[in-house]
Amino acid sequence: MLRYSLRRLLSAIPTLLVVITLSFALLHAAPGGPFDSEKVLPPQIKQNIEHAYHLDEPLPEQYLRYLGQVLQGDFGPSYQYRDTTVNDLIAQGLPVDVTIGGWALLLSLLIGLPIGIFAALRQNTALDYGPMAAAMLGISLPSFIVAPVMILIFAVHLHWLPAGDWGGGSPSHLVMPVLALAAPYTAYIARLMRGSMVETLSSPYIRTARAKGLPLRTVIWAHAFKPAMMPLVSFLGPASVGIISGSIVIETIFSLPGIGRYFVDGALNRDYTVVLGITILYGIAIIVANLIADLVYALLDPRIRYQ
Amino acid sequence: MSTPPPRSRPLAHATAVTEAALTGADREALAGRSLWQDAWRRLRRNRAAMASLILLGLIVLAAIFGPMISPYDYYTPQWTLLNQWPTLAGGHILGTDNLGRDELVRVLWGCRISLMIGLVASVVSLSIGVLWGTTAGYVGGWVDSLMMRIVDILYSVPFIPFVIVLLVLFGRELILIFVAIGAVSWLDIARIVRGQTLTLKKREFVEAARASGVGGFAIIRRHLIPNLLGIVVIYITLTIPSLILFEAFLSFLGLGVQAPMTSLGVLVSDGVADLQSFPYLLIVPSAFLAVIIYCFNYLGDGLRDALDPKDR
Amino acid sequence: MTEPLLQVRDLNVRFTTHDGTVQAVTAVDLDVAPGEFTGIVGESGSGKSQFLLSLLGLLANNGSTTGSVRYRHQELLNAKESVLQQIRGRRIGMVFQDPMTALNPHLSIGRQLTEGLRHHLKLNRRDATRRAIDMLKAVQLTDAERRLSQYPHELSGGMRQRVTIAMALICEPDLILADEPTTALDVTVQAQILGLLRELRSRFGTAVILVTHDLGVLAQVADRVAVMYAGRIVEAGTLDDVFYRPRHPYTEGLQHAIPRLDRDRTQRLPTIPGAPPDLSRLPPGCAFAPRCAYRMSRCETEIPPLDLVDPGVESGHRKACFHQGALGKLATEHKA
Repeated sequence: MLRYSLRRLLSAIPTLLVVITLSFALLHAAPGGPFDSEKVLPPQIKQNIEHAYHLDEPLPEQYLRYLGQVLQGDFGPSYQYRDTTVNDLIAQGLPVDVTIGGWALLLSLLIGLPIGIFAALRQNTALDYGPMAAAMLGISLPSFIVAPVMILIFAVHLHWLPAGDWGGGSPSHLVMPVLALAAPYTAYIARLMRGSMVETLSSPYIRTARAKGLPLRTVIWAHAFKPAMMPLVSFLGPASVGIISGSIVIETIFSLPGIGRYFVDGALNRDYTVVLGITILYGIAIIVANLIADLVYALLDPRIRYQ
Repeated sequence: MSTPPPRSRPLAHATAVTEAALTGADREALAGRSLWQDAWRRLRRNRAAMASLILLGLIVLAAIFGPMISPYDYYTPQWTLLNQWPTLAGGHILGTDNLGRDELVRVLWGCRISLMIGLVASVVSLSIGVLWGTTAGYVGGWVDSLMMRIVDILYSVPFIPFVIVLLVLFGRELILIFVAIGAVSWLDIARIVRGQTLTLKKREFVEAARASGVGGFAIIRRHLIPNLLGIVVIYITLTIPSLILFEAFLSFLGLGVQAPMTSLGVLVSDGVADLQSFPYLLIVPSAFLAVIIYCFNYLGDGLRDALDPKDR
Repeated sequence: MTEPLLQVRDLNVRFTTHDGTVQAVTAVDLDVAPGEFTGIVGESGSGKSQFLLSLLGLLANNGSTTGSVRYRHQELLNAKESVLQQIRGRRIGMVFQDPMTALNPHLSIGRQLTEGLRHHLKLNRRDATRRAIDMLKAVQLTDAERRLSQYPHELSGGMRQRVTIAMALICEPDLILADEPTTALDVTVQAQILGLLRELRSRFGTAVILVTHDLGVLAQVADRVAVMYAGRIVEAGTLDDVFYRPRHPYTEGLQHAIPRLDRDRTQRLPTIPGAPPDLSRLPPGCAFAPRCAYRMSRCETEIPPLDLVDPGVESGHRKACFHQGALGKLATEHKA
């Protein structure tokens, strides 16, 4: 088990390097630089600024310099917001995303898993088709449709909840963003769990468990649950990152100060460091999440541990 | 001497018993049925899947022919008819948008573009993935390890930010959108195909073919590809909806197809802007979007059930 | 005559499918006495596995049953799930065919052995563990303590099957249902497992119903044999009766199909011509008639009842065949 974990950890390093390198290459391959913006600068000033930011050095040098910085945890200064570093921006915005994403993830698991199991146990009945059709709806309607409708109903008409803003993270400000973000994930988890459970329940060892006279409760929780969870664990790895990063849409609609907005602004304004920094951050998050998912996977299935 | 008896599966649906029970005199009759005919029969029985197939067919037909036969086009503004509500009389069945353009035609065009994007992007993704996967699986050895390592690494690359950056930096060409969206999802199919190739490679019929002197390519063509076809079909059917949704997401960010061209994603984003005053501008394209996604998903599920190798 | 442990009367098992109704088991009567080893032999598709599953209510959802299955005066057929759960594992145990898939790969051997004990007999963990170790030793698994923390994939096929047998016996049931327990194993292991079953039977006094397609297996272990064809029992009796004095043409055919060392090797292996019938389209008369060397016109329209071989002589030997007297056609055709 330990060896397995170490191996997974080691393979994360080249992955990270690839992420950083690819991002760097992509950004610098595009036409235009960070200071080609609306204001036409006198060439001399532009040269000075570029020199200050090391943008006149040959690319390989810039790359190595950047790499060194990143490995020390410094993502560099923002080109848009002078006097602010990328690390500052991240420190400001990340808590927002993590809070909303975290709650959304929790909610989607708490609601989605039981629905999925429930539907699987009543396979091919109305109590299976109904929830699954509803779940399909959750998947088909992206959050940028659901969220505005929610705002219209609950904020504008009913005045129950604020229409947006962070409000320092107060619960009433969290409700709608979290729900809107969680909806498609809940739906997907419910469908995934249902499918996985149905398949697990048709395994021969479930029949053995029943033949031993064990009550249904035990058969499901002791025998079926762990194998059924495996596809979900694989899904949750990247999904947990997606739920935190995919809140770009949610942030925009609800006017939340998260890093998604900094990212899009940075892309539009050629703010290299911000874009790079956030991309790398996402990359790290995915790597870590996959690592955890792999470890959980090995915990669930003993056959994997012994490879 | 004899094959194992049919296994019963409690708490699960049990058509498995049919297959083993239908022995004897009917074996000759059954032998004539190919894999595909079998699968088609099963698919036909799945009402949700068949309804989805028909509905999708209708939408595709409407998307292709609707704009042709409609007297309105999707891009010419009609300043006197801004934001008309849907009415049965007067020609604009689904109303007009904020520039007076007929909503029905725009939605049908939106379907066209979205479906096309979904299809082309899926094919892009499929091509890369299948090529990658079959090569890795068939060649094996260190080539396989290397190729799969690359896939593992790429899995950790945050694609959505990449695509956003790509589109912002290099402009919103339609082709770039196709490729960008398609490139996001080839990893899954590559893994699946590679796994399937590995399994098939070890199966006896490949060894038998090789033993009787059939060459490499012929093996691939005759044995591997038909078996992979099932997976490929299912994959396309299930990927198209997610790619359509991804395009909608990009449209919302302002990175989708450029005006006056439209997609369902663009229509939905526009609809959100006017939600309070003209809700139909959101409802109509959302409904079409939802129906398309539903249909593809139910069809994909049905295909998966019909082609499921586990039941054999 | 001791009271039978299990009494099956007129058991029918049907499956409704898209292609019609499959009649897997028809009108089966069976008695099992305490400690008795009964073998059921038949081809795949003969309904024998479904028969076993129906006894414990483990059929798939599209299966339905009629008739009666009494375990010590308790009716099991179509009984409530709560009733069946008390019988399964505790009074009647089951061993399945493929040990690799019959065991849960995610749970340890020890866990799978002890859960039955803890549920049915309410043993605490220590006692349950001790019993599990005893049982593993009884099935001749070496290194019993270590096995408890191992997982199924760490064991060989033969070892896994021993574990499943241990699992079936652990609550000391009166009856074990074994569905082709040796089919997935190779021949040497097969012999070991059969020997084990024999020994366990004499040690614990458990009755066994063993289902197989291999006559040779039964020859080593069974007291009584029932031959199944197309869902019906066509011959039943003691091992000696069925083996040495078969009175149903199918049984005779099975016997002659067994390759023998003393047969003339230049001759083709004898087989029973034709193929088993489609269980969703059974013929009106005897299902074996199309392949039978002794068939008469009567056989195609009437179903022969399972009757005593010699009326008036209560030997327990029954056959479902209209042909009277001994058989022997096949023997003369294939003499060495």
